[in-house]
Amino acid sequence: MVRTADLLPLAVAVPLLGAVVLVITGRRLPRPAIDALVTVWAALEVAGLVLLWLRTGDGHSVSWLGGWTPVHGESVGIVLVGDRIGIGLALLTSALVLAVVVYSWRYFDEPPVAHAGTFPALLLLFEAGMVGFALTGDLFDTFVFFELMGAVAYALTGYRIEDPRPVQGALVFGVVNSLGAYCSLLGIGLVYARTGELGFAQIGVQLTRHRPDALLSVAFVLIVTGLLVKAAVVPLHFWLPDAHSVAPTPVCMLLSGVMVEFGVYGVARVYWVVFSGPHGIAEPHLRATFVTAGVLTALVGAVMCWQQRHLKRLLAFSTIGHVGLFLAGVALLTPAGTAGVALYVAAHAGVKAALFATTGVLLDRFGSVDEHGLYRRGRELPFVGALFTVGGLALAGLPPFGTGLGKAVVEHSGQERLPWLPAVFVFVSALTGGAVLRAGVRIFAGAGPRPRERYAGPETTGGGEEPEIRDPRRRIPVPMLAVPAVLLAPALAVGLLPGPGVALAHAARQFTDRTAYTAAAFGHHVGPSAPVPDVGWNTEGVLLGLVSTVMAVLFAAVAVWGPVLRSPLVGPVTAVCEGVGRRVIVPLRRLHSGHLGDYVAWLAVGVAVLLVAMTV
Amino acid sequence: MTVLPFLTAGWIFLAGVYGMVTSRDIVHAVGCLAVAQSSTYVLLLTVGYRRGGIAPYFTDTPLRTRTVDPVVQALALTDVVVGATVTALLLALAIQIRKRHGTVDPDALTGLRG
Repeated sequence: MVRTADLLPLAVAVPLLGAVVLVITGRRLPRPAIDALVTVWAALEVAGLVLLWLRTGDGHSVSWLGGWTPVHGESVGIVLVGDRIGIGLALLTSALVLAVVVYSWRYFDEPPVAHAGTFPALLLLFEAGMVGFALTGDLFDTFVFFELMGAVAYALTGYRIEDPRPVQGALVFGVVNSLGAYCSLLGIGLVYARTGELGFAQIGVQLTRHRPDALLSVAFVLIVTGLLVKAAVVPLHFWLPDAHSVAPTPVCMLLSGVMVEFGVYGVARVYWVVFSGPHGIAEPHLRATFVTAGVLTALVGAVMCWQQRHLKRLLAFSTIGHVGLFLAGVALLTPAGTAGVALYVAAHAGVKAALFATTGVLLDRFGSVDEHGLYRRGRELPFVGALFTVGGLALAGLPPFGTGLGKAVVEHSGQERLPWLPAVFVFVSALTGGAVLRAGVRIFAGAGPRPRERYAGPETTGGGEEPEIRDPRRRIPVPMLAVPAVLLAPALAVGLLPGPGVALAHAARQFTDRTAYTAAAFGHHVGPSAPVPDVGWNTEGVLLGLVSTVMAVLFAAVAVWGPVLRSPLVGPVTAVCEGVGRRVIVPLRRLHSGHLGDYVAWLAVGVAVLLVAMTV
Repeated sequence: MTVLPFLTAGWIFLAGVYGMVTSRDIVHAVGCLAVAQSSTYVLLLTVGYRRGGIAPYFTDTPLRTRTVDPVVQALALTDVVVGATVTALLLALAIQIRKRHGTVDPDALTGLRG
């Protein structure tokens, strides 16, 4: 019988070991055997994490690696700590990896012929990095796992190394993310200089003995810089659309579905356990800064999402929009806000992965992910169209999808302090959902006039993409249709069933309680003191969800049928839209230049702004 | 402890960032990333430095001997490994970019924008 604490290191070790096995056996085994092996391995990881989730319950699981437990409150060991949010995120990751593994059974039939084990091995390594990141209780290990998942993600993004676009996207992704990680490491060095500790809990305890000063704020800003780059918070977000629009579809499912959210998780974890103590970072300061950053990110992501015709890029920008909402929700610094975001993330992962998966079918069939080029061509795929549309509606927050529930809970918890917050949530959900619906209606129903082919401004079209599977005459593989359908089901279940909501409400209360975490790391048990937040549906939440869905449908309808509308109102409205487009949107699009130097400069600007905001 | 090594680390980091922003060559940009990273080595070793301390191993020295902090050295070593991996990967991507785009000038890579 395995002890609960041992399941923590096992959760990281199992996928690592799987990657090694696949690399060794990959040359000899035939393709179906490799697919079976990796599927079993991914399922094993899910099973281990389910067991860990059940056994840990509302407490914490703690494992000091190699038995290096603290002596008289001092430690040199490395600790893994699992609580509901951490284990839940790891579980979500492993479930999504399993889905991706099944989805890519028939993927990459050809390259690289010599070694079919490479791709699944990289997927498992990626999983190990993410699971480790979710479970670690040590600041330096956070950096190591961050770089592990980062480096594997760069490799996966540029996996099709013979295509021009993926290698470019992967390079930008790699440089910007690594630079962010080195900022984090500088911050970790400063914290170590102040406290002589590296564990979250230990640093938190040591920091209460010092007065807060500029060093602490600078260290905090540097540490979160890397995490905010991963979370694609404006203006550190530029790498994301470039990487997500060129990565292979199964990789996109993971990048958008969970990896980006790990950035938000990291910020929240580091703040709550390390910096939220009596002499830590001031709460109002942090709330103001991060809610602003989140709202800005959400608006930029949503507006840019609406402008795209490259479907993967559209979905990438919608991820930025939603991550902005997640950051704003977490930055409310309330258990209810955190619970809402947890629900939102869980449902969003399923929905976004399903949308990427259906886009992958289009890429497979037509060798294009261009909304305009695919006009009417999807009419032969009604089932795919239905999945895509349902995904769009779920993205807009249609009740009873989990996205709608998460949105409602965050809105409710935020509106006392910030009455305008629900408006931002509704607008961003509606615009991103509307963009997906617009594309769906044009591609799968062929509605409206044929969209324009050329555009004078900066734009990435989705035409001329290399199909990732090279036999368009065969039928669509069943997994490619089954996986998106299955992925939408849990997104619905999160909203419909009371179980996940209640569990995540308890999880959020535990997550936002610094004392409980610290005590657990040192081997004591202290129950969280705050009341459990209420996360059920209420009338207001349902209404706001319906409003955002209706707005999404309206946005899509106006975009598709607007040009053929004959009404006296249309003229002035079009003029206003064009004016806004010229003054605001074209410059905004121009900022997304694809230029490495520009992106690094924006990173420097972002860090500088954050430093000023947090220290002054 | 003097503040000079910390300022040096900051300076090296900024020099790397400046190089990346103004770079006209991807290989050069990856090199600048490595420069920015080397600031973390300087910072970590500074943090662990103790005046008069010797290298932290105890084969033939008494246990009470003053040594520098071994933890940051382990961190710096891990950091070197991470840096080597990332740099190698990025340089491999740079080779592929040269092959596929025929250029290594970031200004000429305009495939992804808007």
